[in-house]
Amino acid sequence: MSALGLAPKGPAPTVAGPVTQVRVIRAEWTKLRALRSTWYCALIAVVLIVGLGAAIAGSGAPYHVSASNSAAGAVSISLAGVMLAQLVLGVLGVLLFSGEYGTGMIRATLAVVPSRLPVLWAKLAMLAALVLPLSLLAALAEFFVATALESARGGSAISLTDPGVLRTVAGAAVYLTVTAVIGLALGALLRKTAGGLAVFAGMFFVVPIVAAYLPHNISGFAPYLPSNAGGALWGAGKLFGGHQLGPWAGFAVLAGYAIVLTGLAAWRLRRRDA
Amino acid sequence: MIEIDGLTKRYGDKAAVDGLSFVVEPGVVTGFLGPNGAGKSTTMRMIAGLDRPTSGTVRVNGKHYPDAAAPMAELGILLDARSVHPGLSARNNLLALARTAGIGRRRVDEVIELAGLAEVAGVRAGGFSLGMGQRLGVAAALLGQPQTVVLDEPVNGLDPDGVRWIRLLLKSLAAEGRTVFVSSHLMSEMAQTATRLVVLGRGRLISETSVEDFVGHAAAGGVAVRTPEIARLRQVLAAPGVTVIDDGTDLLRVSGATAEQIGTAAWREHVPIFELTPAHASLEEAFMQVTQDSVEYHAGATR
Repeated sequence: MSALGLAPKGPAPTVAGPVTQVRVIRAEWTKLRALRSTWYCALIAVVLIVGLGAAIAGSGAPYHVSASNSAAGAVSISLAGVMLAQLVLGVLGVLLFSGEYGTGMIRATLAVVPSRLPVLWAKLAMLAALVLPLSLLAALAEFFVATALESARGGSAISLTDPGVLRTVAGAAVYLTVTAVIGLALGALLRKTAGGLAVFAGMFFVVPIVAAYLPHNISGFAPYLPSNAGGALWGAGKLFGGHQLGPWAGFAVLAGYAIVLTGLAAWRLRRRDA
Repeated sequence: MIEIDGLTKRYGDKAAVDGLSFVVEPGVVTGFLGPNGAGKSTTMRMIAGLDRPTSGTVRVNGKHYPDAAAPMAELGILLDARSVHPGLSARNNLLALARTAGIGRRRVDEVIELAGLAEVAGVRAGGFSLGMGQRLGVAAALLGQPQTVVLDEPVNGLDPDGVRWIRLLLKSLAAEGRTVFVSSHLMSEMAQTATRLVVLGRGRLISETSVEDFVGHAAAGGVAVRTPEIARLRQVLAAPGVTVIDDGTDLLRVSGATAEQIGTAAWREHVPIFELTPAHASLEEAFMQVTQDSVEYHAGATR
């Protein structure tokens, strides 16, 4: 028997085919699916969104829709768990790359995909394909649990078809997906889990909180911070008040961060030694 | 085939690999030797396209590896440091690599079997011993049935059974016409397995030769001869370039003549010979001599 389990005469025909984007996506899915951290992060994110939403809807004064208190506003408030879930999904994104650099698997990965960029696109696609439906389901579940609790306690009955409600629920899911992508780009760019997490937490928690306490004449940049800009998509700005961008302008700014960081990550992945 | 031409890798102003040129031919096992820090692993990473050369070129099977359409068919590589995900099972580590080239589960199970990992295929690689990690790395390198196999220290951490497995594996890969390029610190292992040698010192090529020539060219210990008639033997052997050293023991050390020449000359003149032993330098001795020279040369040159 030959070393490769083939006929002993001459180099055997190979089983290995060309690298394609679809194949690299399958490879990345194999990893993402088999890693425990993926499912821990997913579970924690869902529990945070639904659990915190239920806690908010089930306590305090029942919400009554009025001219100053919109139905969508009630949904935004009960979706506050998104603010915590974004950290967990950001971790998932960071880990997707930093985990490979930390363990050394990146060398095996890039040795079989030496053109490299397909790996980034595949991870991006897999992450979005996991986080978008997951957070959409979580936001919808949270919506139905929270509205059921509110109306049981005598609050206004809110429907998905009320103005801005569907956009708020779907917007939260889109927001979480883009933040996870930002996490992924940071992981690829910084290569270290600790560094990626620190920058992510700085961008989404520390800087926005500091900005909220700055005098108005120097806090003009605050609406353009990723969490504030993206928050406009699902009404998070109403939680904190202050000037904010319109939903789609905010989304465009958030997407801008993701695109620029992903571009930098692609450039670094291509240029630097693995 | 691996063709390396003028390959240089600088980190800051320190050259890890400095103007390296050599060719690794298919069909034989080529050993890659050099002291720690000589640049072996850096060279291997550049072969796999993981590190970008500062200058110079590497061609794998005649192509620039990162441009290969089917990379896993061209090159299989085991790198020095561990390159598996500890959170994934052995099977999933291999499957994730296999998927990129459309390689199926059957082939994955085949290399698992081949590497002797069948019983631990479902176990997370984080719990693996060094030896099992090496087996997994070798399995990954073989996955795509590549034309060229590059292994950095494959026997590192392997038990004697594993060492034997690697030895047989490398020889049969070469016999199939593949290019096999292997680094190792274990000289005795290399002497048994490799046919050709590429020796590196301080990032530079010291020698590109066959194992036989490399050992032969190293200053051998000459031939040990035992005879009751020392004076007559000296007369018999007297010739330019031949020295006979009598260090007071009953063994003479003759250099500049082969055992065959000494034996024949003594037989013609009826000088009795009780013992005639060519003292071959081992690969390890040859290696130490050659790399010692390079280290001294470079240390001198940098002053």
